Amino acid sequence: MQQRNLWTVLSLSLLVMAAAVACGGGGDSGGGAAPAATAPAAPAPAAFDPATAGNLTGMVMLDGELPAAEELMMSSDPVCVMNASNTMSSTFVGSNGHLGNVFVYVKEGLEGRSFPAASGTVVLDQQGCRYTPHVLGMRVGQTLEITNSDPTLHNIHATPTANDEFNMGQPIQGMRFEQSFDTAEVMVPFKCDVHGWMNAYIGVLDHPYFATTAEDGMFDINTLPPGDYVIEAWHEQLGTQTQNVTVTTGQTAEVSFTFSAP
Amino acid sequence: MTWLHRYARLVCAATLLLITAGGMVTSTGSGLSVPDWPSTYGYFMFAFPLSKMVGGIFYEHGHRMIASAVGLLTIGLAVWLWRVEPRQWMKHLGVAALVAVTLQGVLGGITVLYFLPTPISVSHAGLAQVFFCLTIGLALFTSAGWRRSGALDTHEPVIRDSTLVTLATGLPALVYVQILIGATMRHTGAGLAIPDFPLAFGRLVPPQWSFAIAVHFLHRIGAVATALLILAIARHLLLHHSARRDLIRPAWALVLLVLTQIGLGGWTVLSERAPVINTAHVATGAMVLGTALVLGLRVNRHRFPDARQNEWRSHRAPRIATEPARPGAPI
Ligand code: HEM
Ligand SMILES: [Cu+2]
Repeated sequence: MQQRNLWTVLSLSLLVMAAAVACGGGGDSGGGAAPAATAPAAPAPAAFDPATAGNLTGMVMLDGELPAAEELMMSSDPVCVMNASNTMSSTFVGSNGHLGNVFVYVKEGLEGRSFPAASGTVVLDQQGCRYTPHVLGMRVGQTLEITNSDPTLHNIHATPTANDEFNMGQPIQGMRFEQSFDTAEVMVPFKCDVHGWMNAYIGVLDHPYFATTAEDGMFDINTLPPGDYVIEAWHEQLGTQTQNVTVTTGQTAEVSFTFSAP
Repeated sequence: MTWLHRYARLVCAATLLLITAGGMVTSTGSGLSVPDWPSTYGYFMFAFPLSKMVGGIFYEHGHRMIASAVGLLTIGLAVWLWRVEPRQWMKHLGVAALVAVTLQGVLGGITVLYFLPTPISVSHAGLAQVFFCLTIGLALFTSAGWRRSGALDTHEPVIRDSTLVTLATGLPALVYVQILIGATMRHTGAGLAIPDFPLAFGRLVPPQWSFAIAVHFLHRIGAVATALLILAIARHLLLHHSARRDLIRPAWALVLLVLTQIGLGGWTVLSERAPVINTAHVATGAMVLGTALVLGLRVNRHRFPDARQNEWRSHRAPRIATEPARPGAPI
């Protein structure tokens, strides 16, 4: 009788655990909410004649003082301390009121068009225990080559929402592997859980019209079909801004963004 | 003290260390710093070079190593019990511990392979405490104090005190629920959903609500309820059973532990989840649960099959039917 009591308590608690586990099973159905991927098989849209193209150029500025770059504390991995040539955070880079590492891309205005598949690979390198580049763009389906140039190990952990999450290890210097994304997504965050300070962002787009600002805040997006566009500028901490712009044949349109300093 | 009991205590202590190491993994956000499992960066787990245990890997791989050690210790305990323990239910408890620790390892692996899904992480945190409770139970049931307190007549006043039995039985359950709420908060990132302490947004009750704020606030309510229950039990014991040192001692320990725990909880918030403070909060939470369990089990001594000392006799300890209960060894 008394023994039964003990076992009731025990089996109840195990049951609770089992239930919790069972509930977890159905939790992750893997990107069910993703927007439908662009269908390349659609009836060939009017091919766009580059002779009619226009260009877009511009600048991203920062209103207020650029926050001092934070020093990255790398002491948890002696190899990083030894090899890092730059130990400053890449979140805020820029000069004279201009802001770098801003991703600028055509957000609206290209619907229904298709573009030749991207050629070449995009490289995300791990060097000196940081990602280079820190902010970059690539095409849906394009090959992303991830390389480890460090004599230490990294894990490459991408946390997209529309694409599949992945986490892979590169324990040995010189290792490389390839990856690609099926769905447009701005931005896919990358991090290394070994070195908590390492992160990067990749904008994945179904068209080739994107750029990342350099330290002088400048960007160029060339050979655009003439038309009206919504351009978005994205910064990892300052968020996004959009502007409308009209591109006409043979002309270079200008657009600039101003973020306020935090 | 028998060697079996010493060994059971060792398993118990190793488990607390393991829970602490696990706390460091989540507190430092290192859970995914080793992307594979059961291998570590392709190495057989025990062959992973020490020099590569850098950054987050130090915590994650370290946690896996300690977990393996606890797993081996548990196998040893289950086998030992199976071979020498005369109480049938104790053999089963040993097997239950082995099942729990195996399941726990698999859950840990699943969290890694599926990128820390919340329900699995919470289950991993919750099962850790169930396993810890099993080791506490095994250590207690193999102790000399437990054996001595088997005589029912000395236990009579407690058996008749249904208030005490109810309160002391409810306490571990309440603490366990509180820990599950804490784990939910931790794994949904709600640890700082209420940024101030002891008030909530400068008020007694938060002025706005979200899932995160609700879970966080519930955890604080749970803390108050737990503390009040502990104080009530301690007061009751002092008033009615002051001679039972084996009950008074864990009660005092609980008062100290729960106050420390509330302090650490507040400090976790105010330090914005500093890993060491946060982990101390997890570890102390386990100690509150373990101590509450010891108290609860001792109060429920009469429900155990070995209560009368007539079904079971030790090959070492002489059978003394009426010896008054002495304080059991504290865990
Ligand atoms: C009886 C008292 C308490 C117990 C037993 C307890 C237990 C726990 C446990 C075990 C966890 C971690 C769960 C896991 O393993 O993942 C936790 C998390 C937490 N507890 Fe408590 N707790 C108590 C009181 C408090 C109080 C008074 C506060 C103050 C606000 C607090 C704040 C927190 C916070 C912020 C977390 C989450 C930490 C994070 O986000 O990582 N706790 N609690
Ligand atoms: Cu890294």
